[in-house]
Amino acid sequence: MSLKRWWSRAEPLAGKPSGATLAVEPSEWQSVATDAAAAGGQLVALWTMLYPDATPAAMVRAALLVEGGLMVVELPLAAVTATYRGLQEVFPAAARMQRAAADLTGVRSDAADQRPWLRHAGWTAAEAPLAAAPPAPSAAAPPVDDYAFVRVEGDGVHEVAVGPVHAGIIEPGHFRFSIVGEKVLRLEERLGYVHKGIERRFTELPILEGHRLAARVSGDSAVAYAWAYCQALEGLARVAVPPRALWLRALCLEVERIQNHLGDLGALGNDAGFAFGLAQFSRLKEELTRTVEATLGQRYLLDAIVPGGVAVDLPDDAARALAVRLGRTASLVRELRSIYDDHSGVRDRFSGAGIVTPELARRLGLTGLAGRASGLGADLRVDSPWPPYHVITPKLCMRRDGDVAARVSLRFDEIEESCRIARALVSELPAGALRLPFVDVPTGPRPGIGVIEGWRGPVLVALESREPGRIHRCHAHDPSWQNWPVLEHAVIGNIVPDFPLINKSFNLSYSGHDL
Amino acid sequence: MLKTLRTIAGIGIVSEAPPEADDALRRREAMQAQLQAVLGRALCIRHVDAGSCNGCELEIHALNNPIYNIEGLGIRFVASPRHADLLLVTGPVAWNMATALRRTWEAMPDPKLVVAVGDCGCSGGVFGASYAIAGPVAAIIPVDVAVPGCPPPPVRLLQAILTAIRPARAR
Repeated sequence: MSLKRWWSRAEPLAGKPSGATLAVEPSEWQSVATDAAAAGGQLVALWTMLYPDATPAAMVRAALLVEGGLMVVELPLAAVTATYRGLQEVFPAAARMQRAAADLTGVRSDAADQRPWLRHAGWTAAEAPLAAAPPAPSAAAPPVDDYAFVRVEGDGVHEVAVGPVHAGIIEPGHFRFSIVGEKVLRLEERLGYVHKGIERRFTELPILEGHRLAARVSGDSAVAYAWAYCQALEGLARVAVPPRALWLRALCLEVERIQNHLGDLGALGNDAGFAFGLAQFSRLKEELTRTVEATLGQRYLLDAIVPGGVAVDLPDDAARALAVRLGRTASLVRELRSIYDDHSGVRDRFSGAGIVTPELARRLGLTGLAGRASGLGADLRVDSPWPPYHVITPKLCMRRDGDVAARVSLRFDEIEESCRIARALVSELPAGALRLPFVDVPTGPRPGIGVIEGWRGPVLVALESREPGRIHRCHAHDPSWQNWPVLEHAVIGNIVPDFPLINKSFNLSYSGHDL
Repeated sequence: MLKTLRTIAGIGIVSEAPPEADDALRRREAMQAQLQAVLGRALCIRHVDAGSCNGCELEIHALNNPIYNIEGLGIRFVASPRHADLLLVTGPVAWNMATALRRTWEAMPDPKLVVAVGDCGCSGGVFGASYAIAGPVAAIIPVDVAVPGCPPPPVRLLQAILTAIRPARAR
C-alpha cells in the first residue's frame, strides 16, 4: 500500500519543517511502518511517553523519514501495561529503542528480546525513571548485574571481554567478542554505562533552559542537539528565528562537523600506525579551534545556540579571520589527504576493513555519515533542507565501498564541503537581530519536533509541555542508536586488532545513546 | 614519503611553554613530594570517563596535540591502571560506572593521584542529582586536584595535572 493514504490523514507538526503527525490505531501501527519501509523510508527514533492521570495513559511515537518528509506516528495506549507491536522486524534498529523505552517508562513492546538495555542494576524492572515517582537514588554502588550475552559455542571459540573502561581516552562501554584465533565470529555490545538520567533531568528544568542540557547529551554534537531542541521549542512557540541567527547556527553546525572530522582523521591515522597523521590533524584542529574561540568566543560551541537565536556573534573582522582559517584548513587537509592516499601502509589498513555493504546498510537502517559511506545518499541538509540550507545548499557527499577507507574518504569530502559552506555562510551573513525575545511556550498534547543533521547523522529532539514553562517530556535521539548494531555486523570476519580502527571509523556516541 | 618529510620540516616545532601549577585547584594535600622524588616528571595518566558527555574528552585529546605536547613534558596516557600514577576522571559518576571507577582506582599502584575534570567531575554539573548519578568524583574516590569548566580548556587541564605532581608552595 502506498504512503499517500497515510499522508492524507496526517496533521501538521510543530518544529521541523515538512513534518507531520499521524495518529493510528493499534491495527494500523505496523502497517504504516511496513509501508514506509517498502517505500525506502527509515526509522529515525522510537520513544514512549507516560501521561499520569490522563487519557491515554501512555503513548508510543515513532519518527519515520520517508519521501515527503518526517512522519511522526503516534499510537495511544489505554494503560501503561498494554503492550504494542514491536517494529524490530520492519526496522531492526527499533529493537534497542524499544528495550530502552521499556526501561525508562515501563511501556513494553511484544518483541521476544525483553532483556533490559539502559537499566543495569540501579533500579528494578518494576520501577520506571520517567514515571511520576522515579526510583529513589541509591546510597551505594549497585551490584554488577549478570547480563545475558549470547554465547557462541564450538571448537576453539573463546570470548574476549573488553570494557567498560577502555585503553584510551574514550567513553565507556562493554564489548563481548566471540573469536576463533584472531577472527571475530560475533560481537555483542553492552551499553548504558554512562546513563545519567538525562530525560528525567529535562523534566526538572524550565523549558527555556533545557537547551543547555540538550547541548550536553553528547558534547561532541552540542550544536546539533541544542539546535534540535530549539527548533522543537520554537515550533511549539511559533517563534521565527531571525536570519542572522539561522546563518550563525548553520555556521556553528559546520564548524562542529569540521572539528570532529579533523579529530577523527588524526585518530584513524594513529590507529593505523601513522603517528604523523595524528600530529598533523590534531594541530589543524587546535588551530581551527583557537580561531573559533577568537571569533565566536567558545572553543567548542556548547553554549552558542539559545531559544530564539544565538548567543554568539561574528563582527566583520572576526568573519574575515574565520573565513581565512577555514580556507587554510581546507587546503592543508587536501595536502594531508594526498599523503594518506600515497601511504601504502595506511591504505592497506583502511581498505577492506569493517565493510558494510549498501544492501546491509539499507536493511539495518545505517544512518548519517556511516550510511553515506555505504552508498545511502541521505543527508537532511540536502534532502529536506531547513533554513538556511535551502539557500546555501550543500553538495551530497557519498561513497559506496562501506569500509574504513570509505568512511575516511567521506570525512575528507565533507571537510572540503563544510569549509566551502561555512565560508559561504560567513560571506553572506545577513544583518539583523541575533535573538528574539521569547515570551512563553503554549502547552499542548503534542510534542514539538526538532531534527538536525549533525556530523554523525540526524539528531532528533521531541519536546512536550503540559504545564506553562515546564517540560513534561523531552526525548533526545542520537543516530548512534541506529549505527551501534551495524558495527556488530561490520566487524564480523575481521581480526580483533582491527576493531579499534573499525570502531573509530564509525566513532559512535556513548553518552548520546546511554542518556 | 618526501611529502611527509617536507610537511614535517615545513611546520617545525609548534609546542608552547607549559603553564605554571595553580594551587587554587588543589583539594587535598597528598604525597606530592614523595611522588616527585620517585618519579621526577615522568608521569603516567589513566583516563576514566565516569559519565561525561564527551565534551571534556575533546579537550583531554588536545593535550596530546603538538601544541600542548604533554608527552614533551614527560607525561603520557597509558592503557592500564596498573601502569598509572594519576587517574584523570571526567563526568558526574553514573551509578553504572561507579564500580568500574572504584576498581580502576584500586588497580593503580601507590602512591597515586586523582584529578577530577570539569564542572561535572567537580560538583555534578548540569546533570544534577538523580537516581542514575552517584555524585561528583569525590563521592567515589579521593580527589587531589579538581579543575572546573565546561569543558576546561587544555591549558587549565595541564595546569591541574602539573599542580597534582608539584609540591604545594609554601603559604
